[in-house]
Amino acid sequence: MKRFTYVRAVSIDQAIESLSVHPDAKLLAGGTNLVDLMKYDVSTPTTIIDINDLPLREISETADGGLRIGALVTNSEVAVHPSVARHYPLLASAIFAGASAQLRNAATVAGNLMQRTRCSYFYDVLTPCNKRAPGSGCPARTGLNRNHAILGASQLCVATHPSDMCVALAAIGATIIVQGPKGVRSIPLADFHRLPGDAPEKDTTLLVDEVILGIVLPPVLEHHRYSYLKIRDRLSYAFAIVSAAVLLTINDEAAISTAQIALGGVAHKPWRNTAAEALLIGRPASRVNFDQFASMLLSGSVALSENDFKIDLAHRTVVRALEQAASRTPQSQSDKRVH
Amino acid sequence: MDQEQTVTGKSIFRIDGPPKVRGEAKYAAEYNIPDLLHAYVVTASIAKGRILSIDLAAARRFTGVVEILCHKNRPWFWPVSFLYKDTAGPPGKPFMPLYDDRVYFSGQPVALVIAESLEAARDAAALVDVMYETEQHTTDLAASTAFKPRKHRIGVAPVPHPTGDADRAFAVAPVKIESTYTTSPENHHPMELFATTVQWGDKVVTVYDKTQSPKSVELFLKVAFRLIRRKVRVVSSYVGGAFGLGLRPQQSVFLAVMAAKALKRSVRLVLPRDHMFALGYRANATQTVSLAADKKGRLQAIRHRAVAATSQFEDAQDPMLLFSASIYRCDNIKLTYELAKLDTVSPCDMRAPGAATGMFALESAMDELAYALDIDPLALRLANYTERDQSENRPFSSKALRECYAQGSGRFGWGKRSHAPRSMREDKELIGWGMATGAWEAAMSPAPARAEVRLRGDGKFEVTSSITDIGTGTYTILSQIAADALETTMDRIVVRLGDSALPFNPIQGGSWTAATSGAAVQSACRKLKSTIRSRAKQAGVLERRQGAELLSASALVDLLKLQRGGKLSATATKFSLPFGKNFSSATHAAVFAEVRVDEELSVVRVTRIVCAVAAGRILNPNTARSQIIGATVMGIGKALHEDAAYDHNLGRCMAHSFGDYHIPSNADVYDIDVVFVDEADAQVSPLGVKGLGEIGVVAVAPAIANAIFHATGQRMRDLPITIDRLARARSGAS
Repeated sequence: MKRFTYVRAVSIDQAIESLSVHPDAKLLAGGTNLVDLMKYDVSTPTTIIDINDLPLREISETADGGLRIGALVTNSEVAVHPSVARHYPLLASAIFAGASAQLRNAATVAGNLMQRTRCSYFYDVLTPCNKRAPGSGCPARTGLNRNHAILGASQLCVATHPSDMCVALAAIGATIIVQGPKGVRSIPLADFHRLPGDAPEKDTTLLVDEVILGIVLPPVLEHHRYSYLKIRDRLSYAFAIVSAAVLLTINDEAAISTAQIALGGVAHKPWRNTAAEALLIGRPASRVNFDQFASMLLSGSVALSENDFKIDLAHRTVVRALEQAASRTPQSQSDKRVH
Repeated sequence: MDQEQTVTGKSIFRIDGPPKVRGEAKYAAEYNIPDLLHAYVVTASIAKGRILSIDLAAARRFTGVVEILCHKNRPWFWPVSFLYKDTAGPPGKPFMPLYDDRVYFSGQPVALVIAESLEAARDAAALVDVMYETEQHTTDLAASTAFKPRKHRIGVAPVPHPTGDADRAFAVAPVKIESTYTTSPENHHPMELFATTVQWGDKVVTVYDKTQSPKSVELFLKVAFRLIRRKVRVVSSYVGGAFGLGLRPQQSVFLAVMAAKALKRSVRLVLPRDHMFALGYRANATQTVSLAADKKGRLQAIRHRAVAATSQFEDAQDPMLLFSASIYRCDNIKLTYELAKLDTVSPCDMRAPGAATGMFALESAMDELAYALDIDPLALRLANYTERDQSENRPFSSKALRECYAQGSGRFGWGKRSHAPRSMREDKELIGWGMATGAWEAAMSPAPARAEVRLRGDGKFEVTSSITDIGTGTYTILSQIAADALETTMDRIVVRLGDSALPFNPIQGGSWTAATSGAAVQSACRKLKSTIRSRAKQAGVLERRQGAELLSASALVDLLKLQRGGKLSATATKFSLPFGKNFSSATHAAVFAEVRVDEELSVVRVTRIVCAVAAGRILNPNTARSQIIGATVMGIGKALHEDAAYDHNLGRCMAHSFGDYHIPSNADVYDIDVVFVDEADAQVSPLGVKGLGEIGVVAVAPAIANAIFHATGQRMRDLPITIDRLARARSGAS
């Protein structure tokens, strides 16, 4: 671990100012990912700005019937909050699918948004990695890549975003509220994480002097159906090989009236395809339609040397999650049997 | 057996539990010594080549750094390999950290930073800049040439000679199968990190080390560092798991003592989790098994060829094929054991070394044969049951494997199984039931185990032995044995273990500790009992009544005062001659597993395991059961999760943490039912004990693989059975 200066921010303005003065500073919230990255010398900030004293721990309803969740609310607090449990069970389910109880108790909403890939090359400073050390190369492309990206990857980087929470937020259509020197702005979740392109070192569109204030969930979808289905290398405490977050509403004529579906574990960001979703609208919630949707969602997917299975697995996972949602039997996160 | 026993055989909670919970049980990294220095290892990033230069300037300037050692400035040590050799080492030239500029494997120590704090040592280590000249490496078993090892490893039974004519018998048999199986390298990863704290003194060097053999470490250090004028004492009072990784003196103790000697200071070195991937591993292997049978299922031929990984500098060997020659009745057997050199650290023993890998292949092949014959897999085992060890042509001292099959299958409900693959289903899951046989050698140590028992001034008996307790319950069972042998209660027994200053014991491995060290304790205690009896008679203090303790504590204290020199003690030594036996001994197990497979998504759940074990006398069902449960979980990991995956381009193991190296989580472990089958055996060891350390893991992986076949119809021949492999098998079949 490199030595660093520790600053404890007492106000949001002060945090923003500190970021402007120290462009390589990192904000410390729960620390569940950042501290690991620093221990392994993957992240070497010269300044740490502890934001845990900032007043960002509120969960409140918005005027239009949505929900605003402060940046420092822990993952556990989000998952068990009555409004979340009642109106956004998909989000609660996705959070319970991730990490362990201990980590969820410490990790925050903003930290979850900002967590970095678990690509093992990224974590090993004795190997090349374009995301960690731009220009050094990507050994994953020709090496161990069975759990790397099948969508949206670039020549420089095939890493995936590891979050479960963000996959649910993508399906829900959350907005990230951030504040910088020029004031407050909103970033739709779909635009918050970015594809690696030619700058894989950049995970998000957050500017270096911006602080996340919280997230806003849109108004509740009445009578929606949902499921979060996560497939991983063991039944708990592992990052997704592929996960699917599904939000559906089905009208009285048994036709799909809204469809919001995101995939995790397959790309550098939660993967959504609104054109494919539009295809489902007005159609019956049938296997045939789900298959067609999955094919379109995964169109353009490219396999690396070891992860060809992920394309088919992603297809099967999203179809199953759609079936679970449609039949109002969402995947349980404690009973590991897949329905 | 002893008529008067009272606590041996009972489920006693482990006596080291309370001190562990209270934090009083100290592990190697927990000894606080004044003016202690801390060390951190700099490791190689390349798999093979030479160190061209090491730039230490930046690291040396780091506040708190005291010294940085590398091959250029390290203190002298004895490089003669035959003297340097440790007791558990294979043939070859043992790896010596910082010996010269050669790099043999990625993750190899190339420098050691010693500083006033752990943080300073670790952070300065990141500043050490090493330049390498790389050479072509290979870490891929499939790309390396197989060869027969020229020298056998001492202590590992040589591969049995062929019997009959397996090739001919295979050619003419009516039913046969031949398949190739692969297994991945696995790492031990005990929870306790490998660590050493060296207290340097002018007369005595005390080394607190994580090891399975304080005596071997002491001898090794004395020779390697020529610590002749100093007394070397190696203390390993508590060991937080080891599984074989602590059988040989590890890099940590070597480097810590090197640093202490160079600086004449006390030094601690704790290896972080990622460094532990480069200490040793269970050899990955490629195995081909050919089985032939007559139409009734009687085996006509067994051929088993294994190619196992080893390093460039040692020919690591383990008994991978041992049970292929002896577990089933067959007249025509041909076994071939070969190695292939890789640019990795040497493989080393890991729980049921060899057997867990070899039996995965053999027991998978038996299942394949059962389906080729269209007979029940358990019936096939019973049709080939043998009462004799045909590889040695002698009887077993005991063999209750038949009872393991009977009780295990009964508890599991095997009789309700429908034979055809894919014939059991519930909702979206296919259900599969599989079984496998397990075996491990049951032996006393060929090296002597000593124990001493002494009557203390407070009327308690102190039992001492250098043997360690690696978490298996050794403290507890030795207390039970001593209490019974002395006809007293456990609260009057004090056991001290894991210290090379205590009576000599060999490595704690091979499942022989309970049988050998236990026998020495029993013998010493019996000697002391008869001494006390006769002295008490002489002194006229014997007041023995039926059912009473040998003597009250106060009477014993009085008796002790009457002794010349104030001492009442006894010692005993036990071991097994490695030759001249007219019987074979083995532990056996039958494992039955239920899996539920969501075929569409390739998700496997191991919902039920029954493990029936025949291991002679069970000293403590509580600690025994814990050992089998732990081994079963390890077997689930071997079957489904564990893979120290290498990037062959970089020649580097890319698993660095429990995030990359998966072991079963709680959610992966459902019901585990352990049954100990009665097995009286007066020949195997004085206590009738066979040992339990290894047997639990052997049959788990094949039972699970066979259950997956029964569920899905897919034969999974490569471990671990991960989602990608299951998905490919399914899409290949459809």
